Amino acid sequence: MRRLFKVFRNKAALAGLLTILFFIFIAVFAEFIAPYSPYEQNLADRLQPPSKSHFLGTDDLGRDILSRIIYGARISLAIGLISVALALGIGVSAGLVSAYYGGIVDTLLMRLFDVMLAFPTILLAMAIMAVLGPDLENAMIAVGIVNIPTFARIVRASALIVKEQEYVMAAQALGQSNSKIIFRHILPNIVGPITVQVTLSYGGSILNAAGLGFLGMGAQPPTPEWGAMLSQARSFIISAPWTVTFPGIAIFLSVLGFNILGDGLRDFLDPRLR
Amino acid sequence: MIPVIIGVSAVVFFLIRSIPGDPALILLGEHSSEEAVAKIREQLGLDKPKIVQFFYFLLNIAKGDFGRSFTTNELVVTEIAKHFPATIELTICSMIFGSIVGLVLGVTAATYRNSIIDYLTTVVSVTGVSMPIFWLGLMAIILFSIKLPLFPISGRLDPTITFRGRTGLIILDSLLQGNLTVFKDAIHHIFLPALCLGTIPLASIARMTRSSMLDVLNQDFIRTAKAKGLPSRKVIYTHALRNALIPVVTVMGLQFGSLLGGAVLTETIFAWPGIGRLSVEAIDARNYPVIQGCIIFFAFIFVIINLLVDILYAFIDPRIRYE
Repeated sequence: MRRLFKVFRNKAALAGLLTILFFIFIAVFAEFIAPYSPYEQNLADRLQPPSKSHFLGTDDLGRDILSRIIYGARISLAIGLISVALALGIGVSAGLVSAYYGGIVDTLLMRLFDVMLAFPTILLAMAIMAVLGPDLENAMIAVGIVNIPTFARIVRASALIVKEQEYVMAAQALGQSNSKIIFRHILPNIVGPITVQVTLSYGGSILNAAGLGFLGMGAQPPTPEWGAMLSQARSFIISAPWTVTFPGIAIFLSVLGFNILGDGLRDFLDPRLR
Repeated sequence: MIPVIIGVSAVVFFLIRSIPGDPALILLGEHSSEEAVAKIREQLGLDKPKIVQFFYFLLNIAKGDFGRSFTTNELVVTEIAKHFPATIELTICSMIFGSIVGLVLGVTAATYRNSIIDYLTTVVSVTGVSMPIFWLGLMAIILFSIKLPLFPISGRLDPTITFRGRTGLIILDSLLQGNLTVFKDAIHHIFLPALCLGTIPLASIARMTRSSMLDVLNQDFIRTAKAKGLPSRKVIYTHALRNALIPVVTVMGLQFGSLLGGAVLTETIFAWPGIGRLSVEAIDARNYPVIQGCIIFFAFIFVIINLLVDILYAFIDPRIRYE
């Protein structure tokens, strides 16, 4: 653990961590930080530019954009958490099973993931959304599903190396069960690449879910999801450009935070890639 | 490649068949008679078991028959053929922009390691990967089409211009016909969308070129080339870059897939009449034949590009031979 903290000597990784912590902070304390309710409409104040009373202006229904962005952090972080947890659970299990057992199981799983990787991410997510229906929870599932092959591939590649190590062979020779070998001996030794992928996928999931929201296939109005906010604000791009500017900055900064933390972790764990 | 195409078709078939709602009802409308619905179900083969339907589906795909669009009643293949040139023109222009700028940035960053240009390249690559492309498009419209009216907001050509080409690629057709007015207008229209979409490959190519060049620049043959007194430009571009290109070409191939995905969002923002926009409209209208046609087509293109990348390896690095 102490070794892991050394990663934060990398200034970019530290900046990434601080950005993420900032978004977690505003998401947790949204009720105390947001000046207004994210749903409170005030048609008399519609499309107001940034001012002292509305720091980032108001949207077409007179809702405070800053408050909606603050509450939106909750939604975006939840999307990342649930979709990455889904991809992590299924992808890691599939990757471990594939690497450890090999043979037909490996071939079938990897061909399935090859097929999934042949679709552009957002298009596959859109197709899944067409089946599940446009909804925030479904967007989390769709984004999670499209992330599964990446996790499975990374875990398989790392597990194949670890599987050949002498301590795994020793465990096998001692007659330990397959599940014990997989979860006690292989998994703890591939945590590094998984951690990097979790961080990078978290940012990617926020981006993809915002893309779905923007296309009207993710969170539905009046949910203050950043992508959906951009989609609703598109019609006012000429008269009220601030309505599209600030939600986009929020998406960009949160994704940037995860990406530079992920890069820092990767550089730290595999200095050859620096 | 063929198993992947069959797998893709299977995923799309079962995914689309899971969408709630009866396609026959969607086609005929809610209040149609039971007989009419049954007739359409029979015509579409929906009354047969799923596995038989899938077999016919594969057979039809092999014949290039994806059915007819629910909204226009045109053949899906015709619809795709109509929209494909716009998408391919946009993705090629984006790829050219992203590759040139990415390669130049990556090579310069590796050559002048730890300089300002190196840090700038790192910032560009991380920013590019984190940027929501739909937001970048909107910002580009605000800045370069509204505040400074330099570029048009949408479309491939000015509505007052009528132009017919053979390939559907307006830039290429206008060049072939020597029609400079159309050529200039097409470039003017594609500039902003290509710039936005190009940030996707730019970021990854710059980053991969930098790290690959750093690896190569430490090799003995580079030291030898320098010791021989070759000019540094020749050492970098002839000796180092060629050897650093393999991973870069892989990234370029992979990026093409991301570009096709990015095209869905970019085309929506810039009202670009390509397949990305067609698929979004098809999903909105629950136009199943068009949805499955577009998705399979995108996946097919992606698989073909990966194959081309593999072939390209052998040209870049003659040590690679395929049995």
